[in-house]
Amino acid sequence: MTRTADVVVIGGGIHGCSTALHLALRGLKPILVEKDYAGRHASGVNAGGVRQLARHVAEIPLSIASMALWERIEELVGDDCGFASHGTVLVAESEEELAGFRARVEDLRLKGFTHEELLDRRELKELVPAVSDHCPGGVVSRRDGAADPFRTTQAFRRRAVEKGAEIIEGVRVSGLARSGSAWRVETSDGPIEAPKVVNAAGAWADRIAAQLGEPVPLEVIAPMLMVTSRLPEFIAPVVILRSRKLSFKQLGNGTVVIGGGHLAEPHRDENRTVLDWPKLAISARTVWELFPVMREATIVRAWAGIEASMPDEIPVVGLSTTSEGVFHQFGFCGHGFQLGPATGAVMAELVATGSTNTPIDGLGIARFLPDRARPARS
Amino acid sequence: MFKRLVEGGTAVTLTVDGTPVEARAGDSVAAALLAAGIGHCRTTPVTGAPRAPYCLMGVCFDCLVTIDGVGSRQACLVPVRDGMTVESQQGKREAGR
Amino acid sequence: MNAADLASTYDLVVIGGGPAGLAAAAVAARAGLSTVLFDENPGVGGQIYRAIASTPLKDRAILGDDYWAGEALAAEAGASGALIVTGATVWSLDPGLGVGVSIAGAARLIQARRIIIATGSLERPFPIDGWTLPGVMTAGAAQTALKAQGLVPDGCTTVLAGTGPLLWLLAAQIVRAGGKLDMLLDATPGANWQRAAIHLPDFVLSPYFSKGMSLLQEVRGRVPVVRVDGLKAVGEDRLREVVYRAKGREHRLAADLLLLHQGVVPNVNLALAAGVTHRWNERQLCFEPVVDADFATSVPGIAVAGDGAGIAGGAVAAERGRLAAIAAVRALDPSARVPDAQPIRQRLQREERGRAFLDWLYRPHDALRRPNGDTLVCRCEEVTARQVRDTARLGCEGPNQMKAFLRCGMGPCQGRLCGLTVTELIAAERGTTPEAVGYYRLRPPVKPITLGELASLPKSEAERKAVER
Repeated sequence: MTRTADVVVIGGGIHGCSTALHLALRGLKPILVEKDYAGRHASGVNAGGVRQLARHVAEIPLSIASMALWERIEELVGDDCGFASHGTVLVAESEEELAGFRARVEDLRLKGFTHEELLDRRELKELVPAVSDHCPGGVVSRRDGAADPFRTTQAFRRRAVEKGAEIIEGVRVSGLARSGSAWRVETSDGPIEAPKVVNAAGAWADRIAAQLGEPVPLEVIAPMLMVTSRLPEFIAPVVILRSRKLSFKQLGNGTVVIGGGHLAEPHRDENRTVLDWPKLAISARTVWELFPVMREATIVRAWAGIEASMPDEIPVVGLSTTSEGVFHQFGFCGHGFQLGPATGAVMAELVATGSTNTPIDGLGIARFLPDRARPARS
Repeated sequence: MFKRLVEGGTAVTLTVDGTPVEARAGDSVAAALLAAGIGHCRTTPVTGAPRAPYCLMGVCFDCLVTIDGVGSRQACLVPVRDGMTVESQQGKREAGR
Repeated sequence: MNAADLASTYDLVVIGGGPAGLAAAAVAARAGLSTVLFDENPGVGGQIYRAIASTPLKDRAILGDDYWAGEALAAEAGASGALIVTGATVWSLDPGLGVGVSIAGAARLIQARRIIIATGSLERPFPIDGWTLPGVMTAGAAQTALKAQGLVPDGCTTVLAGTGPLLWLLAAQIVRAGGKLDMLLDATPGANWQRAAIHLPDFVLSPYFSKGMSLLQEVRGRVPVVRVDGLKAVGEDRLREVVYRAKGREHRLAADLLLLHQGVVPNVNLALAAGVTHRWNERQLCFEPVVDADFATSVPGIAVAGDGAGIAGGAVAAERGRLAAIAAVRALDPSARVPDAQPIRQRLQREERGRAFLDWLYRPHDALRRPNGDTLVCRCEEVTARQVRDTARLGCEGPNQMKAFLRCGMGPCQGRLCGLTVTELIAAERGTTPEAVGYYRLRPPVKPITLGELASLPKSEAERKAVER
């Protein structure tokens, strides 16, 4: 039997679940198809950073829109998602680096973005007392914070269902094709027909795009994370570095999550990753140098979630260039968690109305297609 | 709770939470605590409940103590050494410092 | 031995120095493989031959002949040319046979051409009220203290409770040693006999039979034994009372030491983290790796020998270790001389006979594996049975989602003391099987390491590996 819906959303990460929720909030009937379970991969096991800081200019509007949703996340999904706002601090490790940060903050101001503020040495020490003395300053985004990723994705999933979305887990999409005025999505649990399709398939999204004649240079990545046993509270904001790969945060339960983008070996067809300990050792050395207080901390687990990265390190968000009624929402390059709430809202707006007021220029899939003559539409 | 079947052996002195404790070469720290009748070695980070060595084979992690300043060591896997300093871990405040 | 002294590559890395590991290392090293054996304890022997080279107990009658059999095994491994490193914690094993190991606070990554995991077994979780109180320990813990330090229970009142052969062995050892044992609470379900009985003939013919009978006799003559079907430990800051139900009535017994045991299960953490396929064993109520006749797993180059490949006891473990090592030698150096596998397989069969009877007879009580209410399931994160059951009823289908919701299995023990309980509770609540529910997805480090240890990985090694990838 062929099921029908208004929209088929492919992928049950935070993006797919958020889009399903916002579609349902608009009175549409989405069916979301997830091959494992919601939040199984990067959405459920990322570092949980809710960060506007240090983003590519092209995704800043989306990030700011998302922040507004994070700040009323309980109202939106019926769960506070463990969200707490203590700011994100980008730490400079040298005067040269700090000068670069200063230029960036000034440039953002000229563009009208004021969420990043420069910190001098004293201000940095006030916000992050445990930081090593060699750091001359940094940048803070004060409204940033962190949330529990699995809980958040599950909350979006749950609220989407409450609002009328259907979510099918453990079902794989095997193909899609036009069927009259609708799309026919073939799944391991039978076909679904709908006029609209959202490709939020994360590390598997290139396979959907390829079927639509839109091959993209998607790289499957698996950023590694480590977590320590519970430690006394010593740091409130999330700390990130630019010159070296590090993100660092202490959760409310005292554990410290260490990440930053060193990559495991991903095996997307087996849902499996192989950790790269030499690279985790580099992270450990960075923490050793930056936070002497952490030297005897115990690492209890390390892991990596599978996701998609694009060559220009910004996502693909917008309409398909080849296929009417298809929308892309993937390739968040290791920083898509914060963007989930608003990107879902924007996708729902795009699906329902054909356009959006949130600037997403520069995120279209056209930028990867050989025929550059085709205009990038949003 | 426990007694030593065999007397003799090389005496070793540890400091446990500031108090000298006699042990034997060949003891694990956990065994030395049990032989000395020390009631518990830590409180839990979640509720502050007292815990003592449970499995003595390195799998339960209930015997976590701070040894010579290094936190969260498994007392059942660390052999005693003369002059060793052992501190019990008090819940979240000190866990794994 | 320091981490820095290790070679960067070994033909064979054996993890665990119990009977399987010792036997495997001996065979491989004798055949000429460069072989290293890591064990996290201060001496080899594993749990069964714990402290075989250093035990202060010189009266051999206390621990019995089965313990002292370990002496020959340890000597054989020691003389074989294998490098035996104790106090060495293996915290990572990847499918490419890279091994992360820490020795004396410094870490190394080394490469193996073959791996034999011989990490043995651990005691099945015994989640009853009060099992986290000081004064409650496992029977295995008491046995370890006896073997390694010559410590015997000597409090006001010592109670031994649960089921399984080890319970009776420990009781006998405590009594022989002159320790204090006031009561043995036998929680073996009476109905088990029905399923065990058909395997009785095999058991009678097995070496376990006469040993078992004399053990039961020895203990029954000297310790009061009570059949129970309910058990809890009571106290505020430490154990004060053992409460048990016998013949439908509740009894309270003031006690300061309660030793719990309901069988042993494979220690699967390292094998699971390496990606080895496991399956549920319904008879033994645990997960075990899927292995072939040479104990090779689903991951090429990784074998699991000993009780880690399914519970069968120390003598079997050694034979399995030998077979796994013979296979490793044949794979790496077909011309090397190895012992004939055939007689080993025959001995293995003989030893394994009778196991079914013991498994069915000592299959632990449902109520003692699948707790209710406020009984803690996860000791580390203090998650209760009610929380796990409620979350399963709300739709949580597996242990990994449960972990994300409740943090069970996320503490330092990494699920070793709650994994089976969580799987069984989910299966019970959702009306499915433990096989379908599965186990925690395990990630290295399988033993916690400090940030300092990880940071101590030789820089050159890190850079070299980074370039190779």
